[in-house]
Amino acid sequence: MSNLIEGATGQWEVVIGLEVHAQVTSQAKLFSGAATAFGAEANSQVSLVDAGMPGMLPVINEVAIEQAVRSGLGLNAKINTYSVFDRKNYFYADLPQGYQISQYLQPIVGEGVVTVNLEDGSSRDIGVERLHLEQDAGKSIHDRHPTKTYIDLNRSGVALMEIVSKPDMRSAEEAGAYVRKVRAILRYLGTCDGNMEEGSMRADVNVSVRHPGDDLGTRAEIKNVNSIRFMQQAIHYETTRQIDILEDGGTIAQETRLFDAQTGTTRPMRSKEEAHDYRYFPDPDLLPLEFSDEFVEAIRATLPELPDDKKQRYMADLGLSEHDAQVLLAERDIALFFEAVATGRDAKVAANWVQGDFFALLGRAELDVADSPISGDQLGGLIDLITDGTISGKIAKDVLEMMFESGQDAGVIVEEKGLKQVSDTGALEGEIDKVIAANGDKVAEFQGGKVKVLGWFVGQIMQATKGKANPQMVNQLVREKLKP
Amino acid sequence: MADLTEIGIAEARDLLAKGEISSVDLTAAHSAATAAAQPLNAMVTETPELAKEMAAASDARRSQADGGEVGALEGIPLAIKDLFCTNGILTTAGSHILDGFKPAYESTITDKLWNAGAVMLGKTNLDEFAMGSSNETSYHGPVNNPWRVKGDDRNLVPGGSSGGSAAAVAGRFAMGATATDTGGSIRQPAAFTGTVGCKPTYGRCSRWGVVAFASSLDQAGPITRSVRDNAIMLGAMAGYDPKDSTSSQHDVPDFEAALTGDVRGLKIGVPKEYVLDGMPGEIEALWQQGIGWLKDAGAEIVDISLPHTKYALPAYYIIAPAEASSNLARYDGVRFGLRVEGKDLTEMYENTRAAGFGAEVRRRVLIGTYVLSAGYYDAYYLKAQKVRRLITQDFRDAYETVDAILTPSAPSAAFAIGEKSDDPISMYLNDVFTVPANLAGHPGISVPAGLSKEGLPLGLQVLAPAFDEETMYRIAGVLEAAAGFTAEPEKWWRSGS
Repeated sequence: MSNLIEGATGQWEVVIGLEVHAQVTSQAKLFSGAATAFGAEANSQVSLVDAGMPGMLPVINEVAIEQAVRSGLGLNAKINTYSVFDRKNYFYADLPQGYQISQYLQPIVGEGVVTVNLEDGSSRDIGVERLHLEQDAGKSIHDRHPTKTYIDLNRSGVALMEIVSKPDMRSAEEAGAYVRKVRAILRYLGTCDGNMEEGSMRADVNVSVRHPGDDLGTRAEIKNVNSIRFMQQAIHYETTRQIDILEDGGTIAQETRLFDAQTGTTRPMRSKEEAHDYRYFPDPDLLPLEFSDEFVEAIRATLPELPDDKKQRYMADLGLSEHDAQVLLAERDIALFFEAVATGRDAKVAANWVQGDFFALLGRAELDVADSPISGDQLGGLIDLITDGTISGKIAKDVLEMMFESGQDAGVIVEEKGLKQVSDTGALEGEIDKVIAANGDKVAEFQGGKVKVLGWFVGQIMQATKGKANPQMVNQLVREKLKP
Repeated sequence: MADLTEIGIAEARDLLAKGEISSVDLTAAHSAATAAAQPLNAMVTETPELAKEMAAASDARRSQADGGEVGALEGIPLAIKDLFCTNGILTTAGSHILDGFKPAYESTITDKLWNAGAVMLGKTNLDEFAMGSSNETSYHGPVNNPWRVKGDDRNLVPGGSSGGSAAAVAGRFAMGATATDTGGSIRQPAAFTGTVGCKPTYGRCSRWGVVAFASSLDQAGPITRSVRDNAIMLGAMAGYDPKDSTSSQHDVPDFEAALTGDVRGLKIGVPKEYVLDGMPGEIEALWQQGIGWLKDAGAEIVDISLPHTKYALPAYYIIAPAEASSNLARYDGVRFGLRVEGKDLTEMYENTRAAGFGAEVRRRVLIGTYVLSAGYYDAYYLKAQKVRRLITQDFRDAYETVDAILTPSAPSAAFAIGEKSDDPISMYLNDVFTVPANLAGHPGISVPAGLSKEGLPLGLQVLAPAFDEETMYRIAGVLEAAAGFTAEPEKWWRSGS
């Protein structure tokens, strides 16, 4: 296997398990009505509950339950209609209650599976151990004052889903593919926006190494990694570090480590002496969470088509290549855009336009599909004009650029700029006659057997008509007129 | 006019309705009595100005109401246990750690009381974070029981943790008081002070805005002078609160209407496990007296067994501290209350909590932390939860055959201040009859039923199935009538002795 690493003492295998923390898309926090918008002024989205005031009690946000169930269904996981919220006790200044409400022994979602797609076109199934709901803590800000720490409680109480994988990944690439796939699924479901840079998704990465076939090695947990690239760097660094220690005869400490993006290395976060005993116990302020199978089925009925099904359909029904299918469905917004373009049209043509000119324009403007100045329907309208012969494919590329700048429909631009293809035989014949009359030598060449000259004639006509002539028609007319 | 502090809520309600007295006068009499009762140390905060305003507003509502609807407690002056958060008014939970804490919110219970027209006299003293059975653990000092042994001027404890509330009602300076009961903190002080104290079914009264001790056990209830007053006051406190996930959606019945005086045919269980070795003979005698009264009233007495009773107290002293250790983690000096600086965050926590919590609270936080720790959780916390289920099942089984249960409220009369404060186990034994109902979540009430040889009040407890406070009140009313308990403490505190 290519994932094995050659060491001095033989081959090594890296074993990776991930805990992905995904912020639930919801207007309100997990146990309070406070808002959750990103980037709000510090401590402006804090309820009495989030601030841990005396006598305040948590009340579960039903939206968060629905979103967790939805996510569980999207991860092909078992939904537990009975689950329990526990308190995870520890002291920190940004944890107002002195405990985090989480789910420990009885999570809302059990085992599931995620199929990840690797660069070589292969795919692998990665097991999901569980998904549970928990509160986020607030934020400690250490760099505003030489001796003081500021606390922002806006995130305190925000609903997170912790999605725990099985230790099924064997390379940084697989780990990256897993996070991308989980993120795509959650985005399709609308349960997490997946914005890692805003902190709505982050991962704790468990890494250990072993000789293939051995029992699992001791793992290090790298906390709070907030980009896929960093995660992969951290895995690479950690793999090498652990192999070096083991090959030098040392042992791996089971510890929590931090990734330093500046140096690309990891370092221990807490010493053993401070190892936490979280004293989990069921939160007596909350009753066990129970819901019916009907509740689950009602949510299942509203699930959108997810990436794996989409891929199947794109290939089988739309005739796309696996590569095209993969590119178009990797992000929900792209897939939605593509489907708007492809509906009622040739899917391959639609796929080419989306992946080709449209992506190029987006890239140049540094925009995401969601921010595109034109809609999928508009791009579809452009393709329709090519199909019905109103404009040529070449003109269409220019029209798309103009659409992108103005946001106008293709038809409007073609009309206003007079870009309609000239398919009027009479008008074209006039132009052709003029060119033939002025270029007797070329005519002679053609008639002498130099068939290639035909292309020169067509080019002249296209130039004379500023590209608006219907190329096929010009070709045919010129050929007829040049016949001796 | 007669002394307005000598009438009860029901009587005052009628006099107010007839316009014979005003809330302003009624409240003024109680505020004055409160001020005069400072030697009892029953109040942490007195709010006479606010009381006057609220009373005037109540009188104004009544005059505008024009015979229309007024609140169930319109114009009635009450004292509030200082565990209930009151908007803008110091709320201490009897602890140093809440120094200067004035909540920006009002607890659901007090909010309901004010909406029912009640008037606030002030906040009552209590054991720190409601942890105690004698009111001696309060940072504000012990509360003195209005009752004393005749001819003996030693101060006695009023019971706890709602000692201030019980003293205020017994001493006739509040017509009623809110209280909370986690293991007996309403019923035991009621028994020690000759008042009526009810712990309703868990979930009857919202816990929102009540400083938490042990969330799965805490339940608010009223302390009053009579069973009728109690039923009236609970009616105003009870009800579903969407802000408390453990609050019950059961309809709130008209508790007062349950006081029919008729217990004929009711089956009353007498549990053999409540006969304790070394229990004073007068407690046993009082119990027998209660059994006799109910028999005479036509009830049927049934001997029952609650086999797991002896495990209740140990299970309670695992579960309650476990929850408390977590509930009290928020008192960390970061956001409100006391802060004692340190060289770093950890030291600030240590300094703040060491200075802010008293010995009993520290003891329970330590016990609770221990029983939840890795390696001990299964042996202590988990086992205690199993015991709790068995105790609940005991009650359910019993209620298959009986309608209610009669027991003593406490194993003794009030004891002297300092008598048990060095002996936590003996102190914890005070709650032996009350704790099981908390573990099961069932309602219970203590009714004054007689006096000890030394002239101190003794109470009988009526327990009932979950959400059957009506049967509980009906039986309590019959006991009250039969006992004819009219004794009052001498107001020694007014003479400055």
